[in-house]
Amino acid sequence: MDTALLHPVDGYAFTLPPGAGESRAPIVLYGDRELIADMDDKVLEQILNVARLPGIVGAAMAMPDAHWGYGFPIGGVAAFDPENGGIVSAGGVGFDISCGIRCLRTSLHLADLAGHERELANSLFQHIPAGVGREGRIRLSLRELDAVLADGAHWAVRQGYGQAEDLAFIEDGGRAEGAQPERVSPVAKERQLGEMGTLGSGNHYLEVQWVDRIFDAEAARAFGIEQDMLLVSIHCGSRGLGHQIGTEFLLSLAKAAGRLGIALPDRELACAPILSPEGEQYLGAMRAGINCALANRQILTQLTRDVFARVLSGSRLETLFDVSHNTCKEESHEVAGQPRQLFVHRKGATRAFGPGHPALPERYRASGQPVIIGGSMGTGSYLLAGTVESEARAFSSASHGAGRQMSRHAALRRWQGRQVVDELAGAGIHIRTASMRGVAEEAPGAYKDVHHVAEATERAGLARRVAFLRPKVCVKG
Amino acid sequence: MPDNDASTSGYGYFDHDADVGVIGRGDRLEAAFESAAAATFALMAEPAAVRADERLAVEFVEGDVELALATWLNLLLGEARRRGLVLREFHLHRDGERWRGEARGERWHEGIERGVEVKGATLTALRVSCGPGGVEARCVVDV
Repeated sequence: MDTALLHPVDGYAFTLPPGAGESRAPIVLYGDRELIADMDDKVLEQILNVARLPGIVGAAMAMPDAHWGYGFPIGGVAAFDPENGGIVSAGGVGFDISCGIRCLRTSLHLADLAGHERELANSLFQHIPAGVGREGRIRLSLRELDAVLADGAHWAVRQGYGQAEDLAFIEDGGRAEGAQPERVSPVAKERQLGEMGTLGSGNHYLEVQWVDRIFDAEAARAFGIEQDMLLVSIHCGSRGLGHQIGTEFLLSLAKAAGRLGIALPDRELACAPILSPEGEQYLGAMRAGINCALANRQILTQLTRDVFARVLSGSRLETLFDVSHNTCKEESHEVAGQPRQLFVHRKGATRAFGPGHPALPERYRASGQPVIIGGSMGTGSYLLAGTVESEARAFSSASHGAGRQMSRHAALRRWQGRQVVDELAGAGIHIRTASMRGVAEEAPGAYKDVHHVAEATERAGLARRVAFLRPKVCVKG
Repeated sequence: MPDNDASTSGYGYFDHDADVGVIGRGDRLEAAFESAAAATFALMAEPAAVRADERLAVEFVEGDVELALATWLNLLLGEARRRGLVLREFHLHRDGERWRGEARGERWHEGIERGVEVKGATLTALRVSCGPGGVEARCVVDV
């Protein structure tokens, strides 16, 4: 992206003033000049399109890890006011509804893993279904799936997957209110009947990590983590059901745009007024998709606990936090000194409530919400905490990952899966994968520098760094 | 957005930051759509490794040819996933706005090396164009 076009708001925020006669909301790109310069031109084009959607409040924003997405850039954030013609966009949520990361804190440290790495990697790979075409061990009836879509992680806990204590540390307490399973098509449900408790493929993973560096000792204490402690991160979403919901509503809303009086700057931004039958139908289905994802990660949490219990007996795994990064949530935000109920789209962006936010569990009320920036399997990930200032900066939102710097096809031309697996094994990182092609596409070099993204996220005031986590075992779909 | 296959028939790919762009080419619209489906499913498994044992049929009505491309691919992806199939052969017939297609493949098994899961066809970079070399159909698919 040509940053010469942009005007600095401050050192870590840039904007592009509207041209003469141009009617749109402001835009803000967060990050330093180097990160923004590395972004595809499409990021600017897409965030400008978002700024033209009806009922937008404040600016259309791109997080420091933004890259070219669908309609919204990945790393896009925008809030809409239902009372002012605001819309909900299927493209603004994305296909993998409620894709997110569950982070588990273990009772183990790096030294406890010594000599057990291969056994743990093999056992996780054996018991966590991963990869295209692979179903889980759970086969639901349509009626059972409706209960999943209504109750999210609560359903999973009732079935014995995990503990009631997990629920307080999941966004929305483990269940999105207002889900309407009846708005989800039979095709979407049938796609999901065998996919509960599966990881999927692409950039999804289950990773055993260790705390390599602590930046904020006080927040680390609140998160219950310490130097060398083992954590587990599970990155996946609503699987086939979420994609089918996204696909169906994207096409139907794109076709309905004219009738709804919406001039779409990009068909992928297909949307409907929040206060319209179409908008309410999408919201009902999308919330069901969120519950599907929350239940899925809850099941995977228990499968992970079962493996740890077998390989490292006596270990305990507690949910540190579970946060989604493909959602539209109704939230209260202060705008010009007044609280307003807004629908905040975070497409490849993480909710990042700051200290004192009433939605946070008591444990994190002083530190701020745990925010997870997932990095590549070769470098590592960051745990951060939400800040008070992020509320005014970005409706309490932050980066969600390192962000790709190279397309999948370019990565395939450059690396071979076996070579990547062997190189990482040499570095003490044990990869188990259903797809060598997938590993090549996800090679560490295909991603931006996660340290740079996390530092920019902090300097932009979106979240502050708490700890850096290094990978030890990674199961890839 | 460089293309990775400059041939005028068959299929190829183009770059997208997060996912993959598929290109189908043919001497007519239906052939280009069939090639786009082949490109999509080749991301999930090497076509030569898939047997054409089971048949899957889809049918839809769509007047907009670009939306028809997305619909065709999404119906194939959804139905294949529902039935646990990986596909390799595709045939499509158009009668005005009515489209009838079929595909052949087999159920996933451990003998098929897995690529990456394509979960849906998007409207991003969606384009169907005619030129001297025939018809080209392209869009980004979500993996």
